[in-house]
Amino acid sequence: MASTTVYPGSEPARWKYLDRIRTRAGPFTDGDAYDGSMVAEAMENMTVLVIGAGGLGCEILKNLALSGFKNIHVIDMDTIDISNLNRQFLFRAEDVGKYKAEVAARFVEKRVRGVKITPHNKMIQDFDEDFYMQFQLVVCGLDSIEARRWINATLVNMVDEEVEDSYKPLIDGGTEGFKGQSRVIFPTVTSCIECQLDMHAPRAAVPLCTLASIPRQPEHCIEWAHVIAWDAEKPFPSLDKDDPEHITWLFKKALLRAQEFNIPGVTYALTQGVVKNIIPAIAATNSVIAASCCNEALKIASNCAPSLGYPNNNYMMYSGNDSIYTYTFKHEKKDDCPVCGNLARELQVDPAWTLGELVESFATRPEAQLKKPSIRAESKTLYMQSPVSLEEATRPNLDKTLVELGLSDGEEVGVTDPAFATVSFKFKLKFKKTE
Amino acid sequence: MLKIWSMKKEQQKAENAEGAAGGKKKKVTAAQLRVQKDLSELSLGSTMRTEFPDPDNILSFILYVEPDEGMYRGAKFSFTFNITPNFPHEPPKVQCREKIYHPNIDLEGKVCLNILREDWKPVLNLNAVIVGLQFLFLEPNASDPLNKEAAEDLRTNREGFKRNVRVAMGGGSVKGVLFDRVLK
Ligand SMILES: [Zn+2]
Repeated sequence: MASTTVYPGSEPARWKYLDRIRTRAGPFTDGDAYDGSMVAEAMENMTVLVIGAGGLGCEILKNLALSGFKNIHVIDMDTIDISNLNRQFLFRAEDVGKYKAEVAARFVEKRVRGVKITPHNKMIQDFDEDFYMQFQLVVCGLDSIEARRWINATLVNMVDEEVEDSYKPLIDGGTEGFKGQSRVIFPTVTSCIECQLDMHAPRAAVPLCTLASIPRQPEHCIEWAHVIAWDAEKPFPSLDKDDPEHITWLFKKALLRAQEFNIPGVTYALTQGVVKNIIPAIAATNSVIAASCCNEALKIASNCAPSLGYPNNNYMMYSGNDSIYTYTFKHEKKDDCPVCGNLARELQVDPAWTLGELVESFATRPEAQLKKPSIRAESKTLYMQSPVSLEEATRPNLDKTLVELGLSDGEEVGVTDPAFATVSFKFKLKFKKTE
Repeated sequence: MLKIWSMKKEQQKAENAEGAAGGKKKKVTAAQLRVQKDLSELSLGSTMRTEFPDPDNILSFILYVEPDEGMYRGAKFSFTFNITPNFPHEPPKVQCREKIYHPNIDLEGKVCLNILREDWKPVLNLNAVIVGLQFLFLEPNASDPLNKEAAEDLRTNREGFKRNVRVAMGGGSVKGVLFDRVLK
């Protein structure tokens, strides 16, 4: 039923339309199971982490605050540069030099009453699992693949099958010029960032023959000056991409070539961009992608509509290069993914076995077939075949039983074997019930 | 929120009729598993060996190197290896425990080896680092120095540098600096 209940901390006018969506059952909500009266309160009690307070991050923070999230943390180690001001709209000229996370947090807090944003002027790698445990949802607006891979691996590794709170959905946005993507990852359940690495293949280089004979675009002329003319004429001993004199030389060369082929569009800024491999950041792309990410966050948090991620589509590609085009599809999880493909498998063992018997059993188990396995638990090195010093130190363990070694039911062990250089196994020990 | 987690739990319960006892179980970390794998593939040969002060902590160990050729032969050097939880996204932290006369190792034991710094990649393994260290003793490199005086010495007067290395390894002093005795 339509109700006009006002929830604590919300200003009726500002939240009126949001509450219509999140408090009423609709065609997309899950029939009887949907209890709209709980949603606003549940969202107010949730803590969301935003990674990155740059072009995407500014949009994401603003959108999440306006979507009814009340507790937000943001991590970004960067400070504000004057070149950010054209699109990172939470920053003003007087903020140049200050921390992005801090300024963005204060700005949004001031504009959206009742939201609390905690900034962290740090790297994501400065925090441990205990820190990440406090969040129910992670939204990434990053420009670095390395940082994405790190947070992805961390969230996948945090999953403890018996603890519901250990599953942190990851919503990831990314943009490059007029293109972008948003995707939702349910760690260990759906395809992860690592499974999707091939979606970030480096852009194909323009074939050298195009540069040499038939340039069609201003970029081709610049690449020609950069790759061919520079090498032929060697105007300076080595190319310094930050030296305006060098860029000017390339720009003039490119311009001459462009005139020869009647190609417009070669400018100094474009020359600099192509040579330094800079892709322009487009404010509109950021806002489209951030909107999509925050839409998913609202859907996941409120269940007001099915989100991306499970069981079907989990990846939305956007392109604004030639008019507007989006394509949403399901990226499949990879069984051999080094991050989410290597989940611990259950292994039935008898706690009265000696470690030696367990080690021998790996040779015959069809799921392992390891001849020279080394085996460790999280805080105990059980048996290592090499190096010599570790083999000697751990050999006495072979005669001890699993119980004597302090292993417990459900504990995880890592098993490696030099014969299988590319794989390592994780097993979860399941103790056989003793009669 | 997150109906999906209840679905996942249902699915797991079906697969595994006996749910394990509660409480968070300790899990092998990605860094540990990777180090375990690297250690089991290590080829140390006759000139190197490892020592683990606490065998249960494989993220911290000592590597002994005893070059059998080149100007550092006859000595025994040791390095501490400390591996962070971010391995292999971060290189291991390696430090020489003795004060030695070497263009690529400074007096505090910091090591200048490209793959321990800017050229580190997660596909590299501990074996690559160990081979790199061994190589530093066979071919000290004057072009990328940490100890600038030693590098200058090597570049301008190779024979004099060799003599200074012998003096330093014997525990003598070179250019007013006293070195640790590392000769066996
Ligand atoms: Zn994966």
